[in-house]
This record gives sequence, C-alpha cells and structure tokens, in this order.
Amino acid sequence: MRYVRSSGIAFGIVCGGLLLCAATWLVAGLAGDGATASRARLVHDLQLTDLALFTEARYTRHPSQADLHSAFQNHPTALDHFPSGSLRAPPDFRTLRHEPVD
Amino acid sequence: MNRWIERQRCLVDFTVSSLLRRRGKNLGLILVYTAIVFVLASVMLFGQALRREAAAVLSHAPEIVVQRMVAGRHDTIPTAYLDSIRAIRGVVQAEARLWGYYFDPGLSANYTLMVPTDRVVEPGTATIGHAIARLRDARAGTPLFLLSERGKMHKFTVAATLEPDSELVAADLMLVAERDFRSMFAIPADAVTDITVSVRNPREVGTIATKISRALPDVRVITRGDILRTYEAAFNWREGMVLVLMVGAVLAFLILAWDKASGLSAEERREIGILKAVGWETSDVIRQKLWEGALISLTAFLFGYALAYLHVFGFDAALFEPALKGWAVLYPRFGLRPSVDAFQVGTLMVLTVLPYILATVVPVWRAATIDPDMAMR
Repeated sequence: MRYVRSSGIAFGIVCGGLLLCAATWLVAGLAGDGATASRARLVHDLQLTDLALFTEARYTRHPSQADLHSAFQNHPTALDHFPSGSLRAPPDFRTLRHEPVD
Repeated sequence: MNRWIERQRCLVDFTVSSLLRRRGKNLGLILVYTAIVFVLASVMLFGQALRREAAAVLSHAPEIVVQRMVAGRHDTIPTAYLDSIRAIRGVVQAEARLWGYYFDPGLSANYTLMVPTDRVVEPGTATIGHAIARLRDARAGTPLFLLSERGKMHKFTVAATLEPDSELVAADLMLVAERDFRSMFAIPADAVTDITVSVRNPREVGTIATKISRALPDVRVITRGDILRTYEAAFNWREGMVLVLMVGAVLAFLILAWDKASGLSAEERREIGILKAVGWETSDVIRQKLWEGALISLTAFLFGYALAYLHVFGFDAALFEPALKGWAVLYPRFGLRPSVDAFQVGTLMVLTVLPYILATVVPVWRAATIDPDMAMR
C-alpha cells in the first residue's frame, strides 16, 4: 500500500475547502436573476415601495413610508414590535425631517 | 526551492502528528471555530444578498411618493392635489394609489389591500399574495370574508394568486377593485391614499420634490432614493440584534482561542524544549507553530464559509427564520439570488484567521527563546 504523508492529507483538506469556496463564487456568478426580475416587474406594475419582510405593523411592513419608529405609536399600550424593531433601524431621512420626540 | 518545499512539508508532517496527539482538544477547537465563522458568514451573506435584492427590486419603485400629513400622521390625500402636481414642470405623470392595511382577527394576520393600476379586478373578487393563500388554504374560487371598519361583512372570491416568486414583495398583498376598497374603508371618492409621481429627467427628482413640498405644504415627499437608502441601511452589519448576540459569541471564542493559543501547556512547553535540545532552531519552532495556526484557522474558515453559503442560499437561511419571524403571522418564503462580495469575504478572513495565527506565534516565540533545559523543567 502506498504511504500517504500527513502533510498530503492536511493540504488535501485545505484544498477541498478552497475548492468549495471557489465553487460558491462560480455558482454565484452563474446564478440567473429569474425571481429578481419577476419581483422587479411586480414592483413596477403595482408601484410598490417596500419588501414584505415583517407584516406585523405598518412601520415594519412599509419602513420607507412609516412615521418615526416610536414605541406606543399604534396604541398607548403597544410597545415596540420585537424583534423586528431591533433588526430594523428607522430610516435616517425620516429622523432628519422630524423634531426630536424624546 | 525543492529543498525549501520539502522542509515545509516535514514541518507540516510534524504539525499534523502533534495536533493528532491532542486530537480531542484540537477537534473541539476546529468545530467551535467553524461554527463562529459559519454564523458570522451567514449574517454577512444574508444581509448582503438581501440588500442587493432590495436595491435591484426597489429601483423600480415610484420615483416620488406624495403623502398628506394630518397631526403628524399619514392621512388620505384629496384627488385635487393630482392637478397641482401635474401642473409642476418636469412632471410626466401623477397617479393616485389606493392601499391600506386590514387586520384579520381570525388569523391575527395583517394584509395589505391595494387597488392595482395595471390590471382590472372585478368587484367582489381578489388576487392574493402567496402567503395569504398558504395561510388561508385559498385557491381560485375560494371565498374570503373581510369585516369592514364599520362592521359590514364583505365577501371576496379569490380570482388568482400572485406568483410564488413574488412573495418577498407581495406576500401579504390582496388586490381588490376600487369600489370594494372604498366601501371597505369608507374612503370618499375624492380622496386617495397617496400619489406617485414620474418625472421626465431623473436628475431633477430632488428639485421636483422640493417644488411639490412648496406647492403643497401639508404633504411629505418620499423619493426613490429615500426608499433605497432605507433598505441600504437595513440588516447592516453594524446594527441589529443578531450582531449584538454575536458579539458575546465572538468574545467567548476569542477567550477560548487566546487561551488555547497563548497559554502553552506544560506538555507543549516541554515539547518545544525537546525540539530545541535535538537541534531545532527557534525559527523552525515558530514556523511549525505558524503552520499549526494556519491549518486550524484556514480549515475552520473555509468550511465555515462554505457551510454558511449552503445555509443562506441552499436552505434559505432557515436558522435565522425564528429570529426574523417576530410577531408576524404572514411571513414570506423567499430564496435570494446568490451573491458573494470579495471585500466582505476578505474582511471576514482577516478578522477570523489572522488574530488566531498571531495569538499562536507570540507565546511560542517566548518559549522558544529560553534555554531548552529550562523549558523541559
């Protein structure tokens, strides 16, 4: 049986990892934009303004159309929606156009 | 050159056998290291792909949206404002939009009701987003009952569902006829939700937005640039709960790596002493430890990154789903177009691989420069 040096195995593992990473770049480069084109068409046709990522409140459903991301804005006892409120910061252009609220 | 390569190979042979002597500890380290790279790379790839998708999709959003404000809140806008906007030079088209939210108490889900301008929807029918269809198990012909704000029940028959591919932008969308919309929300015929504006020269968007604000002081103007900037900031690496949680995990890993790399065990110290006693030079010992650090960190980085890619683009970032779902009942199922940013991958590599290699070298250099006799004691 042929003797395989441990350095050969180590380099083989690293090269395997490198090949996997190179494959991700290749796949990303070759990926078509079918779904993106179809979404873009719908956004154009229906004149949509936002992604439907979080649907629980109007300021998370349409962040670009929302008022300031303030707690209690929907109801006096309605706290900020968690975790969406933590993931999405209010749009900066909105804060610049409003008076400070706190 | 061949001699140099052979020398490095011998060092790697020795490094691998040295790693295998403490295989439990080193395997555990590689697994934790891979997991940290996996989570960091997943956040990075997901955020990047989502930002890219948002930029590609929302570059087709309306150039300007005009909304009326009443007491600091968005209110309906009179249709008479359409004429004022059309009169501004440079405006090609001003169109009314009718849209609003409907809370379905039965399923605790929010829908976005909209009157489309690109198609005709027969009164009494609705075209629904795929997430609504999934939630209500609805297909063409299924009746939907919606309770208006005035307590009147409205019956809609599903005419069609939007393409599954469109869920990212239309998961909760329900397209209805204008008559039904106005009846549901009691909106008078001379009012609309907001107005979209197209301009002749895209470079004049800012000027026209200012003109609209001056002509109609009670409105706010949102440009396409504002919308794109909103989503550029979304899921930014520097913000968000995921990163806050990650800081703790990364710190824990840094302590582990520092402990492993810098705190040489008595056994490792003795090994260095023996190597020096049998004729190894200090530079050989450091080189051997450099190989050890490079093999561990490169293996963890490459496999962690490849697994993250598979997670985000192969399994639609399934591990992030619980964190993203939040309070919503309707959540879009969407696949993102694979994208890799060389700069981001490079940054991640520098931040994860280099510190570990450096943390390995310094203590070894210290141990290798002392007398072999002292080191073995």
